Amino acid sequence: MSYFLEAKQICKSFPGLKALNNVDLKVNQGEILAIVGENGAGKSTLMKILGGVVNPDSGEILLDGQTVNIHSIPQAQKLGIALIHQELNLAENLDVAANIFLGREPRRAGIMRLLDNRIYDRASQIMQELGLNCSPRTLISQLSVGQKQLVEIARALSFQFRILIMDEPTASLSLEESNRLFGIIKALKQKGITILYISHRLKEIEEIADRVMVLRDGVNSGELQKGEIKHEAMVRLMVGRELKQFFHHGHRVERESELILQVKALRYLDNQKPITFDIRPGEIVGMSGLAGSGRTELAETIAGIRPMLAGEVFLKGQKISINSSADAIRAGIFLVPEDRRLHGLVLLASVKDNILLASLNSIGYLGIIPLRGGDALAKAMCDKLAIKTPSLNQQVAVLSGGNQQKVVLAKWLCRKPSIIIFDEPTQGVDVGAKAEIYALMDELAKVGAGILMISSDLEEILHVSDRILVMHHGALAGELTGQDITEESIMHLATGRALAA
Amino acid sequence: MKKLTGLVIFLVVLYVALIIAVPSQGLGLNNYNLAERIGQYGIISLGAGIVIIAGGIDLSIGSVVVLTATACAILLTDRNFGWNPAIAIPVVLAGGAIIGLIHGLLITKMNLPPFMVTLCGLFIYRGVARTISGNMSKGIGNQCLDLRHFFYDNDVFGLPRFLAIYIILAIIAAIFLHFSVYGRYLYAIGGNEKAAKYSGIAVDKYKILSYVLCSTLAAFFGVLFLMKNNAVTPSSDGFFLELYAIAGAVLGGCSLRGGEGTVIGITIGTAIMWILPNLTNMWGVPSELEFIVIGTALLLGAILDEKLRPVSKVT
Repeated sequence: MSYFLEAKQICKSFPGLKALNNVDLKVNQGEILAIVGENGAGKSTLMKILGGVVNPDSGEILLDGQTVNIHSIPQAQKLGIALIHQELNLAENLDVAANIFLGREPRRAGIMRLLDNRIYDRASQIMQELGLNCSPRTLISQLSVGQKQLVEIARALSFQFRILIMDEPTASLSLEESNRLFGIIKALKQKGITILYISHRLKEIEEIADRVMVLRDGVNSGELQKGEIKHEAMVRLMVGRELKQFFHHGHRVERESELILQVKALRYLDNQKPITFDIRPGEIVGMSGLAGSGRTELAETIAGIRPMLAGEVFLKGQKISINSSADAIRAGIFLVPEDRRLHGLVLLASVKDNILLASLNSIGYLGIIPLRGGDALAKAMCDKLAIKTPSLNQQVAVLSGGNQQKVVLAKWLCRKPSIIIFDEPTQGVDVGAKAEIYALMDELAKVGAGILMISSDLEEILHVSDRILVMHHGALAGELTGQDITEESIMHLATGRALAA
Repeated sequence: MKKLTGLVIFLVVLYVALIIAVPSQGLGLNNYNLAERIGQYGIISLGAGIVIIAGGIDLSIGSVVVLTATACAILLTDRNFGWNPAIAIPVVLAGGAIIGLIHGLLITKMNLPPFMVTLCGLFIYRGVARTISGNMSKGIGNQCLDLRHFFYDNDVFGLPRFLAIYIILAIIAAIFLHFSVYGRYLYAIGGNEKAAKYSGIAVDKYKILSYVLCSTLAAFFGVLFLMKNNAVTPSSDGFFLELYAIAGAVLGGCSLRGGEGTVIGITIGTAIMWILPNLTNMWGVPSELEFIVIGTALLLGAILDEKLRPVSKVT
């Protein structure tokens, strides 16, 4: 039999990354197909291809048995495919109704294409169905994140579609809002609408999916039929992969030493469960969690980039106040940020300038930096970290991901770190450089620094960390040590499930 | 809304101060001149405003004005041309539209920053104007007397013709920006270009449209300038016009971040821009202080705008 929508052998590469590798997707009319996978497994890319946002490198899409070309968003819409994006894409300066109908304003006669005020009535209807209780004339900028998410959903519901793609629609919805959404999804299914549903909340998927398709590292890794859709089964398909060899392990000394960092009852959001944890000298603490669980925000708060709304931070037993990134850096708390090209480096500046950026005060005299000042230090860092660059004056933008990351590290190693927070340290870094970065972490740990490593790469978290903290929904969902550290236990905590006692 | 109310109050205060400052027998004439100026400069503020609302900027307005005025003078009077105004003026306006089209294409298709593209335009068009005029003033002598009479000497219900023209343009612009789908798209693009793109809007097309409208309005201003002054001097006329146009639009509530601004706001902003120097002049403030007054007013406006900005809820 032929499927309603079928994607065959879809491939898509981004620079330095094979996002999708011969992925197949099949779905029947009126079926709710859930697509699950870890961060970066390629789910969103596949959905964007079906929605006309991204064009595949190769592969074929069949709708109703016919090959179709989806090269643009309007084309996808014409075929009846609606996509609700993971990230919010609303014009904050326009009102709710204008956003719902943006790009599909009802036509009225005349060349001026005057706006039709009937959109406000139609918007009201859809908003009521979704339980979005505000006027359709409210500006988007006045809405909360959850409400904005509902507007995104309302956008999709406002036109005639046959296939609805939802990429993490519940990420910022309350339980009540989510339940209402599930009601709508089931009603759509009754009407014969096909639904592709992405979520990290596996419990939701158990509840609503007819079938589950699992992606891992850009390839199909399995499928679950209605009766088999269980939390454990999904997790197994999501994470089960072979382990690689380059992790150093078993070097750590158990020390009952004093804590190097204590974070007590920290909050960076208004109504958030306070976060408390600590790090010992020489310890590598891994932090896991799904995208958007608040790991990066937590790191930025400790590094003084985000305002700390409440809480205390103690460094080597002494309370410190962190009001700015300068405060954190003075205390020896350094952040190696997730987006190194945006936040970690001055891309157009040289390797030397980047390495010395945080140490200029100690190199200069009265604020004047000698022409060759710091050359020796920068050179020493390049040698120590084996940064491959033709010269110290090379623009850092042209270096490989791994070498760029090493430059960011070198910047901090010029100063004496007490705490280094790594946010996705090996994202986009090749295997060789990965091993070198792990070795450096080990070395830092050996000299008594405390390390917090945020990573979405489960393999990395499992093998580099001495202890693992898992975040879920802006709160610490749990802590794992020793024998408790398994991929499954991390995924359980990260997807909002209590561990079995 | 709060912003607009503030602007209206500011305008009223300035106007009352002006009434007090101007001797009563001169008030009528002063009002007339002021209204004419507001109408005239309002045209380019509208153009600047449209571009700013769509998230862009146009620094070339003054040079486009001078180039189109010069070209118009040459087309009307030069021995080789001597065209009928009914042909020459549309050709000049079309020329303005083509300049805008080039800006738009460079910005969208080649991904160049609007600031850079129009800054280059600022230099190039003035250079072209000086070259084609032989760096001399270009007058239109006794040509087009009817047209000049139509544009200048003739009041409409006691309003200067220029203001009447502006009002008509402003009404069209208001319908376009506030009540048509096209305007809605310009706001969406200025507010969040990605959202507009994901909504299936042809973002490039509408950005190009905004530059075309701006340059066409500048060309129209150039024609009117020529009609009013009878001549244009490419080496000295039209300096700073783009800055007045942008200042009027921004003072009237167009945010340089894009996606914000109204026609009524632009109108009030332009009015404030021209009442201010008029008032300081009447107060006997030396004219060299004029720029300080305008600059300070803009700065205060920007500070107030930032303070009044509704804070978006943080995630």
